[in-house]
Amino acid sequence: MTRAARAYAGGAAESTALVLKEGLSLWGGIDVDTGCIIDQSHPDVGTCVAGTVLVMPAGRGSSSSSAVLAEVVRRGTGPAAIVLGRADPILTVGAIVAASLYGIACPIVVCGIDGLTTGLRLRVTAHDDATADVTIIEEGEAR
Amino acid sequence: MSAAEPGIELTAFDQALLRGDQGEGASFAMRILVAFARALGAPGLLDISGAHIDGCLYHGQASLDFVERLVAGGGRVRVPTTLNVGAVDLIHPELVRLREPERSPAQRLMTAHQALGCEPSFTCAPYQTRFRPTFGQQIAWGESNAIVFANSVIGARTNRYGDFIDLCCAMTGRAPAWGLHLDEPRRGEVLFRLSGSATTAYAGDTLFTAVGLIIGWQAGDRVPVIDGLPTPATEDPLKALGAAAATTGSVGLFHAVGITPEAPTLEAALRGQPPVATIEITADDVREALRHLTTVSEGTPITAVCLGTPHFSRAEWDRLIALLATAGQPRVPIYVNTGRATLEVLETDGRLPQLDVPLIVVTDTCTYLTPILERLDGAVMTNSGKWAYYAPGNIGVQVAFGSLDDCVASAVAGRVVRIAG
Repeated sequence: MTRAARAYAGGAAESTALVLKEGLSLWGGIDVDTGCIIDQSHPDVGTCVAGTVLVMPAGRGSSSSSAVLAEVVRRGTGPAAIVLGRADPILTVGAIVAASLYGIACPIVVCGIDGLTTGLRLRVTAHDDATADVTIIEEGEAR
Repeated sequence: MSAAEPGIELTAFDQALLRGDQGEGASFAMRILVAFARALGAPGLLDISGAHIDGCLYHGQASLDFVERLVAGGGRVRVPTTLNVGAVDLIHPELVRLREPERSPAQRLMTAHQALGCEPSFTCAPYQTRFRPTFGQQIAWGESNAIVFANSVIGARTNRYGDFIDLCCAMTGRAPAWGLHLDEPRRGEVLFRLSGSATTAYAGDTLFTAVGLIIGWQAGDRVPVIDGLPTPATEDPLKALGAAAATTGSVGLFHAVGITPEAPTLEAALRGQPPVATIEITADDVREALRHLTTVSEGTPITAVCLGTPHFSRAEWDRLIALLATAGQPRVPIYVNTGRATLEVLETDGRLPQLDVPLIVVTDTCTYLTPILERLDGAVMTNSGKWAYYAPGNIGVQVAFGSLDDCVASAVAGRVVRIAG
């Protein structure tokens, strides 16, 4: 099950999906030491984004979220990839800066996110021509 | 890389920068700028002739690595570029009680920006310096209060830029041809009508701050137009209004009918179209908004007064010095954040040494961002909506908001005092 997407930051990753109902501002929204959500007003407060394929409708909030994304990618407490319903310039910048500085990719792609649920295993691949694929890996499928 | 940027048109200059013709630093900055512009959906880039960088406040190692990468790549800013506040007062270093391991990288971040050719202005009010832009000038500014001031009060043109991107614009002299750089997105959309009751009941600074809070809460991402605002004697009340609006919301531009340059009339502010919504602001709304800025009751003892958020202007210094001359001896210290350039003028004029009061001048940073205040155990009085909003969370103080007159009277009384009217 593969859906077509647009790539905004390059790379490929495969991990478990964490689907947030609402957009998350990384600045003030996550603890950079742990990657866990600390925004008390967010419905998924307490959940950790570290190592997941983070799926959310859109980014939100402060422009300092670019720096926070770059910082959590550097520390290894950030998501493995981000799938958004709508393009987000702030997160895109954070991922590109992290890739350039540290050589660690956190691909960011945009596609319809209906049907993506927490716990699914997802493979996100951003191609050089700005297209991307988001694939749901079925249990037992060869990886 | 350019082949992989569908949907965005790049000039020969843009492509040359991307290729690295102007060095690795410029190429790195252009790669990030193009990706950002693409995510916005901008059709291309346009020239800018000034920038203001909000990257001097340390958020972590990545902030420093980014700037040092540009320095290592031989980067230089291509347009006159000012710097926002950092976490350290480089002129009065003893004032900031920031300890290691945070202090060194915070200070390095400030000096690394200077290595790129940025001006060491270290102020959140670059519009008070000789780098103030002019009407219609295309610029790329960070710092929310500076952005709203430049767009609204001056009529210069910038989007709300932030971490990394403001510097990428400065390093390339380019910005996405999108948003508030263009004509149509500057059209006023939400009309706020100030009732006579509000302007009668509240005068001066506090009215402007309250209106700022309200439009920030209610305008969303639409451009607000304010009708019925009294014409202020200086631009400082508009500074307070914009700073408050950018604190409670994401306002990057407001129009005040008969006051700001793109709003000579209501029709001009709305560009001849009807508003998408009209919201009345009454005296009750103003009172309710201001209630959010005070966590203690009248008469509560205070440990300090904090002024100058955004940085105190020369006109504000004139008012303060005049007030202090007749107010009596303050019992608590008065901290004033101000720009280096403003302080230089005060010192040249020889006006500060004449004051025999506990006045602590802070430059390069701000009292709500970094450990400066001697005492955090009591309430602090401020005339800044932005300070009152952020300080309880940032530095853990109780806070009371009032006009500049209220603040001076409270400093003398040693407790929260509000002068009627």
